[in-house]
Amino acid sequence: MDRYAEMFARLDEQNAGAFVPFVMIGDPDIETSEKIITQLIESGADALELGIPFSDPVADGPTIQKASIRALGSGVTPTACFELLSRIRAKYPEIPVGLLLYSNLVLAKGMDTFYAQAEDAGVDSILIADVPIREAKRFIDTANSHGIKQILIAPPNATDATFKAIGELSSGYTYLLGRAGVTGAETAATMPAASLIERLTSVNAAPPLLGFGISNPAQVKHAIESGAAGAISGSATVNIIASHLDDVPAMLNALGTFVSEMKAATGK
Amino acid sequence: MNQLDTKFGDYGGMYVPELLIPALDQLEQAFLEAKDDPEFNAEFMSLLKDYAGRPTAMTLTRNLVSNPKVKLYLKREDLLHGGAHKTNQVLGQALLTKRMGKTEVIAETGAGQHGVATALACALLGLKARIYMGAKDVERQAPNVFRMRLMGAEVIPVDSGSGTLKDAVNEALRDWSANYDKAHYLLGTAAGPHPFPTIVREYHRMIGEETRAQIMEKEGRLPDAVVACVGGGSNAIGMFADFIDEPSVRLVGVEPAGKGVHTKDHGAAIGKGTKGILHGAYTYIMQDPDGQIEESYSVSAGLDYPAVGPQHAYLSDIGRAEYVSVTDDEALNAFQLLARKEGIIPALESSHALAYALNMADEAEEETIIVVNLSGRGDKDLGHVINILGDQVNG
Repeated sequence: MDRYAEMFARLDEQNAGAFVPFVMIGDPDIETSEKIITQLIESGADALELGIPFSDPVADGPTIQKASIRALGSGVTPTACFELLSRIRAKYPEIPVGLLLYSNLVLAKGMDTFYAQAEDAGVDSILIADVPIREAKRFIDTANSHGIKQILIAPPNATDATFKAIGELSSGYTYLLGRAGVTGAETAATMPAASLIERLTSVNAAPPLLGFGISNPAQVKHAIESGAAGAISGSATVNIIASHLDDVPAMLNALGTFVSEMKAATGK
Repeated sequence: MNQLDTKFGDYGGMYVPELLIPALDQLEQAFLEAKDDPEFNAEFMSLLKDYAGRPTAMTLTRNLVSNPKVKLYLKREDLLHGGAHKTNQVLGQALLTKRMGKTEVIAETGAGQHGVATALACALLGLKARIYMGAKDVERQAPNVFRMRLMGAEVIPVDSGSGTLKDAVNEALRDWSANYDKAHYLLGTAAGPHPFPTIVREYHRMIGEETRAQIMEKEGRLPDAVVACVGGGSNAIGMFADFIDEPSVRLVGVEPAGKGVHTKDHGAAIGKGTKGILHGAYTYIMQDPDGQIEESYSVSAGLDYPAVGPQHAYLSDIGRAEYVSVTDDEALNAFQLLARKEGIIPALESSHALAYALNMADEAEEETIIVVNLSGRGDKDLGHVINILGDQVNG
């Protein structure tokens, strides 16, 4: 089953783009995290991008670093993350679920074992923040053998050769970086991404979702107007978790409102 | 695509966000062009000679070794301007920064030696330096923090994670991701993504080249062994590079065993670590079974790093170099011995290499020439050593 293709087809019919929230699995703990992820889905998220916490997240700004620290601090392991994903998948068979993580977590288990675990847990895609296209071949081959889509990143500074490679190798979706730097809501995405999106279209890349610095509905609207197939919002989502750690019902409520408002901005 | 090999066997590579690939390619290109540019080389050589004080001396120890069959030489990188070998490659990379038209330098530092070297080179060459340093290290290394600031560098304490070198590297990489257009990341050791391990080796290889020339002049033959400490591995690769193709020369890298490699408190990435990816390279790292990076430990801040340069991982696997380890106590003992017997106060890092060389000297049964890379001087460590040894050094 190609859940991304089905999602994009459905959204095309609705004349809308995708809204994809990101949270760290196990932030602040597994039990709350399961409630958070459920809330995101119930509030209208089209797909999910989920992190597995890593000790040294070099592509992440302070917000997501702290989410990793909270999750690791509560004892979250990759195995616990996969168990949670399996429960989510059993409950929601159709929503595309992507993982976003770092290479050492994949290698520690053995690449094939890791992708097999992801496949068993119903994961649709894996994006490895510190594996550029130049190092990606063996990861892509392993992903393919497990029916998982390896997500590639299109940065604003990419060369033509990189865009060409994305065209040849991308599947699922393409993670389009809204700006340089690391993740975080402090620095807004640089709009318009239109010229990058044109380049991706010209090389037949998988549909672009714009991420990095997306924190409000106006940015989602702008991303979709610029031709993106949708928008990913990580740090803004995680900030809501971080600011409601002592009141989970209020956290879930705030997340629900945020996701509905972001989703409402995806109409074309 | 890359013009140079990015890997040493399976080790090394470029495991960084896609965003940083253009900056690494630009660096590789600048390095290759500079290599063949007589003007660049003349300026680099002139800085090394007239500013930093190369070639450094090679000293035959007089009183340290009791075994009459052994001659133990010290390659005196401690005499280099800045107080450690670090100045060599920093000058090279600072010149590359200017060549690339960049005006700012980002660096990480643990003990502060690479930070000090970066600060001095940036002061000299008119570059703006910002140096990330773990918050704990900022506290432990106050004199070096002051030195950096005195020379005009901005020192930024890093609170995240363990507040040590590994976290400073993370933060430097994050800064670079946002500012690669105008800033060069001046990585301080022979680790990290390609092309850093190669550039750092090439800009330190004069250590081994001078050693070869000096030992040929004094002894008329190559040494039997060269010994160097290994944290990330820059001074060791600089010493080894010119001897890799000389099979008669043993290459010995000494990792920090901390409180013992049977405990969790050590930094022996090759000796006790497993293969994985940290800071852009596939190499030996200290990690738990899930792949989370573990914190390293050593009495010597400069060796306190949970990974190692990828070429060392390769040299270990193919058996060309041997990697051993020395505890805090053994290093502290060598530190005091060199002071008392030869009037030289070595860095705690270099004391690890010396400690192992002294064991080799004791055990030698044939005529043996050993060269230790005395990679730095120990002034920076005095405060720390006083805290540990107290008045035990009296008498």
